[in-house]
Amino acid sequence: MNVRSELKNYRQESYYFRIRLAVAAAFVLFCFGILAARLFYLQMAKHEHYHTLAENNRISLVPIVPNRGLIFDKNGVVLAHNFFVYTLEITPARVKDVEETINQLSELVEIGTLDRKRFKKILSESQEFESVPLRTHLNEAEAARFAVNRYRFPGVEIKSRLFRHYPQGALGSHLVGYIGRINDKDLINLKESGELSNYKGSDHIGKSGLEEYYESILHGKTGFKQVETDSGGHAVRVLSSTPPVPGDNLILSVDSKLQKIGEDAFGDRRGAMVAIQPKTGEVLAYVSMPTFDSNLFVGGIDTENWKALNESLDKPLINRPLRGIYPPGSTFKPFIALAGLEAGRRAPPFSINDPGFFTLPGNTHRYRDWKPQGHGVVDMRKAITISCDTFFYGLAHEMGIHAMTDFVRHFGFGQRSGIDISGELEGLLPTPEWKKRRWNQPWYPGETVIFGIGQGYMLATPMQLAQATAIFANNGVAMKPHLVTGIQEASSGAIRTVEQVVTDRIELKPENVEIVRKGMEDVTLPGGTAVAVGAGAPYTVAAKTGTAQVVGIKQGEKYDASKLDERHRDHALFIAYAPADDPQIALAIIVENGGSGGSVAGPIARKVMDYYLLGKEPAESPPINPIALPEAAIAPATTEEHAHD
Amino acid sequence: MIDRIYKGLVRHIDGFLMGCLLLTLLLGLFVLYSASGESSARMFAQLTNISVALLVMWLAANIPPQHLERIALPLYLLGVLLLLGVALFGEITNGARRWLDLGVARIQPSELMKIAVPMMLAWYFAKREESLRLTDYAIAAIFLAIPAAFILKQPDLGTTLLILGSGIFVIYLAGFSWKLIIAMAVGAAALAPLLWTMLHDYQRRRIIILFDPHQDPLGAGYHTIQANIAIGSGGLAGKGWLNGTQSQLDFIPERTTDFILAVFGEEFGLLGNLLLLLLFTLIIGRGLVIAAQAQSTFCRLLAGSISLTFFTYAFVNIGMVSGILPVVGVPLPLISYGGTSLVTLMLGFGILMSIQTHKKLVAT
Repeated sequence: MNVRSELKNYRQESYYFRIRLAVAAAFVLFCFGILAARLFYLQMAKHEHYHTLAENNRISLVPIVPNRGLIFDKNGVVLAHNFFVYTLEITPARVKDVEETINQLSELVEIGTLDRKRFKKILSESQEFESVPLRTHLNEAEAARFAVNRYRFPGVEIKSRLFRHYPQGALGSHLVGYIGRINDKDLINLKESGELSNYKGSDHIGKSGLEEYYESILHGKTGFKQVETDSGGHAVRVLSSTPPVPGDNLILSVDSKLQKIGEDAFGDRRGAMVAIQPKTGEVLAYVSMPTFDSNLFVGGIDTENWKALNESLDKPLINRPLRGIYPPGSTFKPFIALAGLEAGRRAPPFSINDPGFFTLPGNTHRYRDWKPQGHGVVDMRKAITISCDTFFYGLAHEMGIHAMTDFVRHFGFGQRSGIDISGELEGLLPTPEWKKRRWNQPWYPGETVIFGIGQGYMLATPMQLAQATAIFANNGVAMKPHLVTGIQEASSGAIRTVEQVVTDRIELKPENVEIVRKGMEDVTLPGGTAVAVGAGAPYTVAAKTGTAQVVGIKQGEKYDASKLDERHRDHALFIAYAPADDPQIALAIIVENGGSGGSVAGPIARKVMDYYLLGKEPAESPPINPIALPEAAIAPATTEEHAHD
Repeated sequence: MIDRIYKGLVRHIDGFLMGCLLLTLLLGLFVLYSASGESSARMFAQLTNISVALLVMWLAANIPPQHLERIALPLYLLGVLLLLGVALFGEITNGARRWLDLGVARIQPSELMKIAVPMMLAWYFAKREESLRLTDYAIAAIFLAIPAAFILKQPDLGTTLLILGSGIFVIYLAGFSWKLIIAMAVGAAALAPLLWTMLHDYQRRRIIILFDPHQDPLGAGYHTIQANIAIGSGGLAGKGWLNGTQSQLDFIPERTTDFILAVFGEEFGLLGNLLLLLLFTLIIGRGLVIAAQAQSTFCRLLAGSISLTFFTYAFVNIGMVSGILPVVGVPLPLISYGGTSLVTLMLGFGILMSIQTHKKLVAT
């Protein structure tokens, strides 16, 4: 290549490069032109507009908090609603001596020790310039007395605030949940989800139950208005406003009457019950006992009440249907039975002669039946009816652990049901792989044996047991359980129906289902373990009782309930569905330390099914609370505003 | 004697560029004084920043561009290594992991990359000049993507955009096919709706708010709305220095840093804004002229990229403060308070001057 051509090359290259530069320069000028035009628009065309905004200056944006959506049961009974109350509030930053101010205020308005304690708790969680409620639910006389003396208390105000109220009090508190004051953790969550600005002005958020799960639907969209304020920060004129969009209402599948009958039937026992419509997955009742009054949490719970709830041995705050995990015991047998039948084992006329125990080949350890002398000749149907342990020990050993776990997993064991309440536990479906991973120990054949009667590592939540029963009742078609059936737009009243979702279709042979069902029907007939449940009922009940050991019993020892401490007694379990030929309700009940499933949990099931299927109310059942507001003056229904700087 | 020292000092300084830069910096000091609430402490701090930045510029101007070409690759590799260090051991401040504590000093490797990335790409294209193929552009894109991904992860969207810009400018100036540029633009436009349907609702909402702050006046949109009020109320001639009510009354957030233009616009009006745009245009224009006259591929590409990156700075910042671009953290170049970005900018201008003033030596 000679110098000339190199030079020419260079010239050419440089020429193309300069064209590119020229295009870039044109692009720069074009972009700066846009900026100049935008600045011209702001500073010339819209100058008057912005000038006014700037001149009137102190334009502050005031959030308008939307009304929270209401919660109704299936018949329109209100479970959660809002009302306005007068609250007496202090802004700490504007008060010299908070303690002294409260003392002076107590001469005008009754301020109890609980109020003071709650105030201190909220104060410690708030910012200096936030308005902190001291007394809520002021009556007219108190509000008037303060108004007259208001000049003496700078930094103290009476506000009319929207309050959440649960008219049914403690009824279904784990299901409805509660709202509480927004804390630091909530703020972080809101920030991460990009929802923080929608909560300007809101000081409550759903903390548990449906209130938490449906928070984004219930809360609504915060409105705002631009207001001109004077030097003192008081609104003088509204410049523009965007109204808030109220939260949507929830309509549940739960019948609060049924819920109440269920809760009352527990008496003062601890436990849980979930009732499901097997064909739709709608949850009909959701009982966790003991309950608590959701209203305690709304204004910020005081220390005393919190301690009482949190430290109670009865653990009322635990959401038992989802977070209580129990060995399913004999209520697991119908599912193992079906697993065996579907695997081609134990089909009629197969039977065993039960000596009262089972032993593994080459081992002398006796896996005892609950009936020491044995049940004699037992076939599959009878094994379910009389809950023959020996029969299922043998079946489990023969099938092996994987064949069983693989089958029952389809019935929802070992996984979350997906119900619309957060915090659900998975329970535990143990496998050798799990044991290796968790404990680094080998799986013993005996563990397969006791898995067959729902003992050992196996754990299930009441929700899972109810769902498994519902899936069986629905011939293997699994419907996603849900509590909310409709979401109602507050403004138009239009209801959006929540879709029913099929989550699994288990292929089951009708003749196998038939055998298990017959076995379960016999449970509530004379000779079964829950005769009382079926006695005199105009519908047939398919059921299974169970007990879950709380304390291990040594080899050769006998279980004697009367000698054990109450809290060491077995848990009573019960699953059932009815009518057996056309299931409308499927349920699972656990009574903690209740002893025997048939005699303790059975009657609860009967009351619930009688009401649901026949409309029959127990004699002692008191009526459902109509909407009753707490004793307080209801403030005029104006929308609450909070100054925002 | 003094005359000779002076001549020695300014031998590698480009007079025209220097004049524009000093004028802009001076303007910046005035605005900063007002924006900081007449704080002389802030003024002196910024004066120190400016002095350091000018020193760095002078040093860079005196390094012949051939040396720069030689250190391009090691500098880039060092930068990537430091970015890796930040990702692994970096300190978290304000929720982002940007700083690396080396024991003796804390450094922000992403700033280094603002220069190292265009240098690296310019070096690569200069090296491959004789047999440039499409794969070379792809390789260059990978060189660009690595640091960009690290910085995006920190997260620092503003710096990521600037570095992406600086690299893309080099690729463009190196002669990336027009057809492909158009094809990619069309492709991106076609893909956007598809991506949109794949996003979650809340992600869409964030993007919508990014482009329309009035959707979220209490949250992300607050800055922009307040800045628009300040600028708009400034009118043609402004309210006068130290007299901006919005600025002085604390309505504008981050008013000494990213949103300083709102203070400037309120106090100096449209005329002031146009003057600033003119100064920026002159600086960019001079940079492009230097690029056009440069004699090696490396110098051409680097000079072009530095000038256009400066443009990106200005355009993104003014665009976001005046409300036509989403708010990303990019300061107003030469005006916003802060030392780090100023030093990097002036280092870039030093390189421009070096390219311009070392030219004749190469030509013979």
